[in-house]
Amino acid sequence: MSFSRSVSNTLFRHPNWFLVILLAPPLLWLGVAYLGSLSVFLFHAFFSIDEFSGFIKYELTLATFAELFRLSNFDVIIRSLVMATAVTLASVVIAFPFAYFAARYARGKWKALFYILVMLPLWSSYLVKVYAWKLILAKEGIISWLAGELHLTWALDALLAIPVIGGPSLSISFLGTFLVFVYVWLPFMILPTQAALERVPVSFIDASSDLGGTPAQTFRHVIFPLALPGIIAGSIFTFSLTLGDYIIPQIIGNSSYFLGQAVYSLQGTAGNIPLAAAFTVVPIVIMGFYLAIAKRMGAFDAL
Amino acid sequence: MATAVSFQKISRYFGPVRAVDDVTLDIAEGEFFAMLGPSGSGKTTCLRLIAGFEQPTSGHMEIFGVTSEGVPPYQRNVNTVFQDYALFPHMTVLDNVAYGLMVKGIDKPTRHRKALEALTLVALGSFGSRRPSQLSGGQRQRVALARALVNEPKVLLLDEPLGALDLKLREQMQVELKALQRNLGITFVFVTHDQGEALSMADRVAIFNDGRIVQVGSPEDIYERPNTKFVADFVGSSNVLSPAFSKAAGGPEKWASLRPEKIGILPARAKPSPGQQGASAKIIAAHYQGSVTRFNTRTANGEVINVTVPSSLGKFAEGDEIMLHWPKEALHIMAGEA
Ligand SMILES: Nc1ncnc2c1ncn2[C@@H]1O[C@H](COP(=O)(O)OP(=O)(O)OP(=O)(O)O)[C@@H](O)[C@H]1O
Ligand SMILES: [Mg+2]
Repeated sequence: MSFSRSVSNTLFRHPNWFLVILLAPPLLWLGVAYLGSLSVFLFHAFFSIDEFSGFIKYELTLATFAELFRLSNFDVIIRSLVMATAVTLASVVIAFPFAYFAARYARGKWKALFYILVMLPLWSSYLVKVYAWKLILAKEGIISWLAGELHLTWALDALLAIPVIGGPSLSISFLGTFLVFVYVWLPFMILPTQAALERVPVSFIDASSDLGGTPAQTFRHVIFPLALPGIIAGSIFTFSLTLGDYIIPQIIGNSSYFLGQAVYSLQGTAGNIPLAAAFTVVPIVIMGFYLAIAKRMGAFDAL
Repeated sequence: MATAVSFQKISRYFGPVRAVDDVTLDIAEGEFFAMLGPSGSGKTTCLRLIAGFEQPTSGHMEIFGVTSEGVPPYQRNVNTVFQDYALFPHMTVLDNVAYGLMVKGIDKPTRHRKALEALTLVALGSFGSRRPSQLSGGQRQRVALARALVNEPKVLLLDEPLGALDLKLREQMQVELKALQRNLGITFVFVTHDQGEALSMADRVAIFNDGRIVQVGSPEDIYERPNTKFVADFVGSSNVLSPAFSKAAGGPEKWASLRPEKIGILPARAKPSPGQQGASAKIIAAHYQGSVTRFNTRTANGEVINVTVPSSLGKFAEGDEIMLHWPKEALHIMAGEA
């Protein structure tokens, strides 16, 4: 007891030691294990692969980055970017009303129900969910059955007939990939949005309407800007998770590659670590630009 | 003078809670009207009914002769200074003040000019580019005031706007608010549970208890002539005397109030002069408070009476038998029951 007390007293007199003890493990983890290995890997992007031998040439070069702009590679980047943007926008649109309801109106039991509903999908394995979606979206799956029962097969067919995003069935189309991405990442958009909305006091909404703001104006000038940091936080999740994922587009979608798949196959079977590293730099740069623009536009003013 | 706000038998229930219970009230244009009452007595709910955040459960309400039932807050020419100020954290002070003009579609140069004028009015002309988080409590309070005033409301609602300020700043703001109200001629409805604030600032005061108004009148009325025991107890620190005491003093058998500062102290068995009434008592405790001394005394019948006399006269001490005396008219018989 006296030992623990003297430890407490020492820490009380030297609050900085306490901070060091608390922060050392996570800093070591982040600094050495995470940033260290990441930077070693990323540094490989400045090397290149020898066309003939297939070995890495340890000479600094930008040639590997230049390769990203070859049509077949650039295609992957654009495709991933468009998908990540679409998934993020759809997540915002779907998540916001849900989060708003939970933050503003749900109390007690209802709030608990909200958290369970949002978190429940996270409790089961992500692979199981993706395969479940394959069954739902397949040609003989639930959706086409439902469309048939509702005499809406024509609508489904029209949807699948759209060039690029359509395909033989939902499970073999970009549309299907998109739906599953949105489903899987939605909780990561709902939770931060809800947390941000939760911190908007009712008196702000009262004040806006008291000053003559219609509900639409109150939303535009008060609620939305205050929720924006949460939405941005959520969009960082949905955007970067989509950019990096290599499992969903492999199971659901046509056979075109996304960034994650490109990295996966380049560092694996192809053994082209430099190009894999260069591909990995792409989402990091994109996220950097995204955050800079968001900050520029005042998205973090409410923080 | 026109009636600014009129409550006709207004009630607002929250389930079984009668937050506002059958209130009838007229507030005149240009008046400084205070609502005073203990916590939970329905003052805030009354303000919210005027602002339009709440709808009455029953009764009829008018603002400048226009029925206000069903009119949303953003269509009422009424503005509120919130208890927590509710300044928007993501906007500068200037944009906060200009908000009401912005949503009305007034162009940027005009609204910024008017907002600056309003800020200057509250002596914060050079603070426009700051964020609310960079202001002190008193400065935020004044920004909230400017944000409301810039809309030129006909009625300004203030919900304990000075509650968060320290004593010195509060007294300074009381003077400033009162002067501002005089100069602008706007109707102020001011909620507080500080009786000193209500009495010193208001033209009229309404005393709330349990969702009802128990008395409305000028500060003198309320202070000198409380109509119920509750009012006498709540406002200031009057002595509330039993019906038996009133009767013994030659009045009707009703509760009475007697202000501590109206009472004088004589030595025991001294005779009160003509026109004065007296009662013999014993000093239970003496509290020296600087310029005055406060005595707790008890009469033979067990009536506890507090007395405040200038300390310069204080030659009495705890345990002394004394004679209390007061002018006949100082004993105020209360009309109401409880
Ligand atoms: N939204 C609400 N739902 C349920 N009860 C409420 C609601 N608003 C107020 N009440 C109740 O109505 C009564 C009056 O509340 P009100 O806020 O008007 O009191 P007040 O006089 O402003 O008190 P205070 O001096 O503490 O601010 C209280 O009993 C309160 O609990
Ligand atoms: Mg209140």
